[in-house]
Amino acid sequence: MNIYIELSYLLASILFVFGLKGLTHPDTARRGMLLAAAGMTAAIVGTLFKPEIGHYTWIWVGLAIGGAIGAAMSIWMPMTAMPERTALSHAFGALAAALVGVGEYAERGSSLGGVTVGALGFEIMLGCLTFTGSLIAFGKLYGVVKGTPITFKGQNVFNMALLGVMVGCFIYLVYDSSAALAFYTMMTLAFCFGVLLVIPIGSADMPVVMSLLNSYAGLAAAATGFVLGNNVLIIAGTLDGFSGFILSVLMCRAMNRSMKNVLFGAFGAVSETAVGETAGSMREVALEDVATQLAYAKQVVFVPGYGMATAQAQYAVRELANLLEGRGVSVKFGIHPVAGRMPGHMNVLLAEANVPYSLLYEMDQINPDLSQTDVAVVIGANDVVNPDARDNPRSPIAGMPIIEVDRAKSVIVLKRGKGKGFSGLENPLFFKPVTGMLYGDAKASLTSLAQAVQAV
Amino acid sequence: MEQQLLDPRVLMASLYVFALAAFLGYQIISRVPPLLHTPLMSATNALSAISVVGALVMAGRENHHQVSTWLGFVAVVSASINVIGGFLITDRMLKMFKREIPVKPAEKKGRSN
Repeated sequence: MNIYIELSYLLASILFVFGLKGLTHPDTARRGMLLAAAGMTAAIVGTLFKPEIGHYTWIWVGLAIGGAIGAAMSIWMPMTAMPERTALSHAFGALAAALVGVGEYAERGSSLGGVTVGALGFEIMLGCLTFTGSLIAFGKLYGVVKGTPITFKGQNVFNMALLGVMVGCFIYLVYDSSAALAFYTMMTLAFCFGVLLVIPIGSADMPVVMSLLNSYAGLAAAATGFVLGNNVLIIAGTLDGFSGFILSVLMCRAMNRSMKNVLFGAFGAVSETAVGETAGSMREVALEDVATQLAYAKQVVFVPGYGMATAQAQYAVRELANLLEGRGVSVKFGIHPVAGRMPGHMNVLLAEANVPYSLLYEMDQINPDLSQTDVAVVIGANDVVNPDARDNPRSPIAGMPIIEVDRAKSVIVLKRGKGKGFSGLENPLFFKPVTGMLYGDAKASLTSLAQAVQAV
Repeated sequence: MEQQLLDPRVLMASLYVFALAAFLGYQIISRVPPLLHTPLMSATNALSAISVVGALVMAGRENHHQVSTWLGFVAVVSASINVIGGFLITDRMLKMFKREIPVKPAEKKGRSN
C-alpha cells in the first residue's frame, strides 16, 4: 500500500466534506465546489500511480471520451433540461459502479469471502436498478415514456416476487460466491426491477424519484468502496447516499405522503374521486385588466410550477417583475418544495433568468405574507396551490402543505387550457370568486402582460 | 486486496467510516437551503462518480479476462462524464445565484420591446 496514494484519498475525503459544507450558503457554494473538484482530481491522480495499473491506453481514451461528453453536456444543456440531465447522470454513475462490480466478480469471483460478496451484491443490485430506473425517469421527463403511471394487474405482487427472487440469489451468493448463475440472475433481475420500480410513478412525483435514485447511486458507490477496501469511495458514496435520502424525505413531507405511497401508490393513475363541491364556473379575465391590477398593486407574489419550465417562461416573468419593481410594487416569488420535476428546480430556473435569490421565498416564509398580497400570479402550478389539500379531507392530496394563494386579495392563474393538472384533480382554486383565469401559453401571456403594464 | 477485507478489523474500520460519514452527511446536508437543492443533487452526483477510482484500476491493470478491461473502460467513460459534467454544471448553476442584481434600466427596456 503506497502511503502517498492513501494520503491523496484522505485529502480527497476532507475536501469533499468541505465542499458540501460550502453548499450550505449561496455565497460559499462555488468555492466549496472548487474544493470538491480539487479533491476529485487528487483522488484520480493518486489512483493513476497505483502499481497494479500496467497500461494506460484505455484509461486515457476513457477519460478523454467521458470528459468530452461531460463537458459538452454541461455547456450546452439548457437549464430547463436540468431534471433530464440529472436523471442521465444518475444512470451513468450507477452504471460505472455496477460495471466495476461485474468486473471484480469476473476476475476473482469464487475467491471472494462472504462479506465482500455481500458488499458486491449490494453494489450490483443498487447499481443495476438505478441504471435502468434512471433511464426510465429520463424517458418520462423527456417525454419518450408516458408520464402518467404505467400499471398492470398484480403489479405490486409481481414486483415483490421479483425482488424476492433477487434477494434469494443474493443470499445464495453470500453462502457460495462461486455460483456465477446466481450472480448473473441477480444482475438481470436488478435491471428489470429498476424499470418496474419507476414506470408506475407519475411525473408529478419525479422529485421524490430523482432524490431516491440519487441516494441509490451514492450507496452503490459506497458499496464499491467496501468491495475494494477503499475509504474515499465509502465516504463520497455515503455522503451522496444520505443527501439523496434526506432530499427524498423532504419531498415526501412536502406532499404529505409516505415513501411507500409514492413508490407503490401509482398516484394519478385513476383520478377524480371524492371531489364534490367544485360548483361554479371559472372566470376568465382580460389581459388589460390584469395589467392594471398588477400595475397598481402594492405587493405581487408569483407562484411558479412545472408549467413555467415547459413554457420556458422564466425570462418573461423576470421582465414583468422588473417592470413592476420599477413602479414600486413589492415583488416576491413563492416556491413550493415539490414545484417542478426535481428539488430546487424552480430556484435554478429563476436564478438563470437573473432573479436575485433574495426575492425567492420558501413556502413557510411566503404563506403568512399572502393575506397582505394584492395579486398572486400562479404560473403553471396546480396541485401545489390546490386549496382542497387544506380544506377537503377526502381529497387524494389532503394534508399536503400548499402555498395558500387563495388568501391573497386577488389570484390570477396562467394556464394553457381548461384541463386538469398532472394528478388529474379538479382544483377548486380556479372556481373561487377571487380567481381570474388567463388562458394561453405562459411565456406569451407574461410578455403581453409586461407590454400592457408599460402602457398603463 | 480480498485478504484485507476478510480481516474483521478492516471490515469494522470500514463500517466506522461508513457510520461516521453517514452522520456527517446528515448534519451537513440538512443545512443546505432548499434554494440550492438542485446544485446539491448535481454536486453529490459528481462526488459519487468517485467510483472512477475503481474503474481506472480495472481498465488499466492486467486482468484475467479481456472483458473485465472493457467493462473497466466503459466504467471510466461513464464515471468521467459525471466527474467533468457534474462539477462544470454545478458551477454553471451556482454562478447564476445572486443575492441582488443591479437593475439596468436600459437592459430592462431593451428586451421587452
